[in-house]
Amino acid sequence: MTAPVIGVLALQGDVREHVAALAAAGADARPVRRPSELDAVDGLVIPGGESTTISKLADIFEMREPIDKRIADGMPVYGSCAGMIMLATEVLDGRPDQRGFAGIEMTVRRNAFGRQVDSFEAPVEIAGVPGEPFHAVFIRAPWVERVGAAVQVIGKVTGGPAAERIVAVRQGNLLATSFHPELTGDLRVHAYFVELVRAA
Amino acid sequence: MSENTASTTGTAPVVGTARVKRGMAEMLKGGVIMDVVNAEQAKIAEDAGAVAVMALERVPADIRAQGGVSRMSDPDMIDGIIEAVSIPVMAKARIGHFVEARILQSLGVDYVDESEVLTPADYANHIDKWAFTVPFVCGATNLGEALRRITEGAAMIRSKGEAGTGDVSNATTHMRKIRQEIARLSSLPADELYVAAKELQAPYDLVKEVAESGKLPVVLFTAGGIATPADAAMMMQLGAEGVFVGSGIFKAGNPAQRAAAIVKATTFHDDPDVLAKVSRGLGEAMVGINVDEIPQPHRLAERGW
Repeated sequence: MTAPVIGVLALQGDVREHVAALAAAGADARPVRRPSELDAVDGLVIPGGESTTISKLADIFEMREPIDKRIADGMPVYGSCAGMIMLATEVLDGRPDQRGFAGIEMTVRRNAFGRQVDSFEAPVEIAGVPGEPFHAVFIRAPWVERVGAAVQVIGKVTGGPAAERIVAVRQGNLLATSFHPELTGDLRVHAYFVELVRAA
Repeated sequence: MSENTASTTGTAPVVGTARVKRGMAEMLKGGVIMDVVNAEQAKIAEDAGAVAVMALERVPADIRAQGGVSRMSDPDMIDGIIEAVSIPVMAKARIGHFVEARILQSLGVDYVDESEVLTPADYANHIDKWAFTVPFVCGATNLGEALRRITEGAAMIRSKGEAGTGDVSNATTHMRKIRQEIARLSSLPADELYVAAKELQAPYDLVKEVAESGKLPVVLFTAGGIATPADAAMMMQLGAEGVFVGSGIFKAGNPAQRAAAIVKATTFHDDPDVLAKVSRGLGEAMVGINVDEIPQPHRLAERGW
């Protein structure tokens, strides 16, 4: 079985951590900054970072249209944190000119849990990810306020003031989490995505 | 070290862990953090694609020109900047001034820069950064200094350079120095790391970790004297994971355009065609001062130890 080729959108953010996690989960992982590099991948990860910056750079370096087109053609995409924002059809508390890819039918609130002093770690149970609850790291994280009919909610916060907030979703081949599995050394979310790409 | 470094065991959310502090810096990688002195500049920075802004009362070039004691900014000004932008806001506290840092944490800034650009408040001790929920970035001119700051709880390091000069040479020296010292550690046999730790004046465990991983355990940015897209790209090629630009933007002819160009150059730091394109027509860069012409006592990089 050959390893699926998975790109990590490398405009800004924690690209290296995602590349390492994907490689450890059995993918042929590589950074992607140009349309020609996008052509060579079977799946794409949009990393954590600053969504306003990533959105701007995606326009400037002409990545938006090619990514939208690949998504329409069924390419699997996983977005963590800023990546979740980039995959949302509607963003609250974003910049007016901020645009995501034509992705998951959901409304996401940016920096929903608060500022950096409110960033936290907490366990999250993710449907389809076996074993112990996932130890999730939330950094100025968004949450999902509304999902369309085609979207499957696969993870919610279990305790604390933000209990029951939606933090992991899937719509077909698109996957998004508010949190950062790439920072934890727990490969289960990346393995889940690698399987998704393999099956696509 | 402190309870802040403990990981979650129960189901209750835990704030202020080393992982969320260091993780915040991971999210800034490949980005540009810009010094701003008011809400209007903060908006220009955000529009240009900055990943964060650094709120301060005077940019380093003005601190240098005007002299006097330089302190934490007015809370009203910091609030104004937090209101104005959606990206993270950082602010500077004086070296060792743990009360300024407490105030900044209470204002909700996303990162505190314990900075040599301000006048130090304590010539012996830096802030005990483990005692805070807000993460800290600190400057370093070499590996030992970086590791001492990390030992005190810094969650991000920036090479110091010489702020407010527009002269990139010191930033280059500091980045090369840190990189060389890490490479040297990685090449040492295990039994020589004890003496290496002594020479670096840093804890053995941290020295061993760096020797094994070949990198700092926190994100390393660069700062001090970056004035052009080419400066930013060179620092990235020298191993910086992102760039702080201080006086270089708002002391230049066309700040919005220069800011956007530096953002693009940081992402495509290894593509000379992109760099050539973004370097065109930026107008005048900040005039600058050669670091060599600054008398030793006025060099900011020599503050902190």
